[in-house]
Amino acid sequence: MTTHTVAVPTPIPVRIPVRQILPYAIFTGILSLIALYFVGAEQGALAVFDGTTVHELVHDARHLLGFPCH
Amino acid sequence: MPLTDTVTTEQQNTLTVRSLLVWGLLAGLVGGLLAFGFASAFGEPSVDAAISIEESGGAHEHSHGDAGQAHDHGTAAEEPAEEEPVSRAFQATGGLGIGAVAYGLGLGGLFSLAFAFAYGRLGSLSPRASAVTVAGLAYVGVVLVPFLKYPANPPAVGNGATIGERTGLFFGMIAISLVALVLAVVAARALSRRWGGWWSTLAGGAGYLVVVGVAAALLPAINEVPTGFPPSVLWEFRTASLGTSAVLYAGIGVAFAALLHRGLTRGRTL
Repeated sequence: MTTHTVAVPTPIPVRIPVRQILPYAIFTGILSLIALYFVGAEQGALAVFDGTTVHELVHDARHLLGFPCH
Repeated sequence: MPLTDTVTTEQQNTLTVRSLLVWGLLAGLVGGLLAFGFASAFGEPSVDAAISIEESGGAHEHSHGDAGQAHDHGTAAEEPAEEEPVSRAFQATGGLGIGAVAYGLGLGGLFSLAFAFAYGRLGSLSPRASAVTVAGLAYVGVVLVPFLKYPANPPAVGNGATIGERTGLFFGMIAISLVALVLAVVAARALSRRWGGWWSTLAGGAGYLVVVGVAAALLPAINEVPTGFPPSVLWEFRTASLGTSAVLYAGIGVAFAALLHRGLTRGRTL
């Protein structure tokens, strides 16, 4: 049986050097984690701001995303 | 001509982290909006049911640690005098939407960075398959496995005094699962040369399951569901919670895969 070689227009992944990813990973990683923290845990077990406004605002999302709420 | 062709192909296939981040944020927006829609339709009924149980006193009362202030879900009928920072109606709509979209954007950004590391390092997987694989693995490692040990709880479930301990255990379980998952993937890739992709992937999966299994067996159990809390509401809430995250991760993975493919095939990597 012969096999036919067909040109497939699927791009072949070329890895990105870690050196190039790291600065983005560190900076964006920190910013993203802060965003996740405010939705998931602020004014629960830990609090940056006083009061309950942030907690109450994202209350339903926090419950439904599985975080311990209160 | 051959030289030009090679250069063009390489340009199309080499991605910048910048374009991955842009696609990740867009995918996060899509995923967040989809999760908001799912949570509104399937999550809110059980949240409302749980809140009415909480307020009718059917379950034990819980309060925040600060100033002994009772947790206020904003009942208009029973206690109109109490100040509520966010009305219950807005909590269930605008608040849920803001939370879901903010969370989606953050997760989309993190996803694009995880993808940047995984891209081209997952064997022979195509770009789109890589994106969906990273999203699927992230769902299993960050949501599903930790959920099996520390499931999501609706309002009225959970003692306010143990919030610190529960939060610590929940994030600890996620951290263990995520570290084990990353190590399993790295080990599977490293072993694939000697064992082949099939056996190395199975070994990585088995290693991951052993680590999270041991962690789940050793970490303390938490069960603060009050007696008398309707099991059907609990089941409905928890499945809706798993579903909300599934929609979020799937939305991010698929939207990101589509943007990635478009960028790669059109040579538009932003």
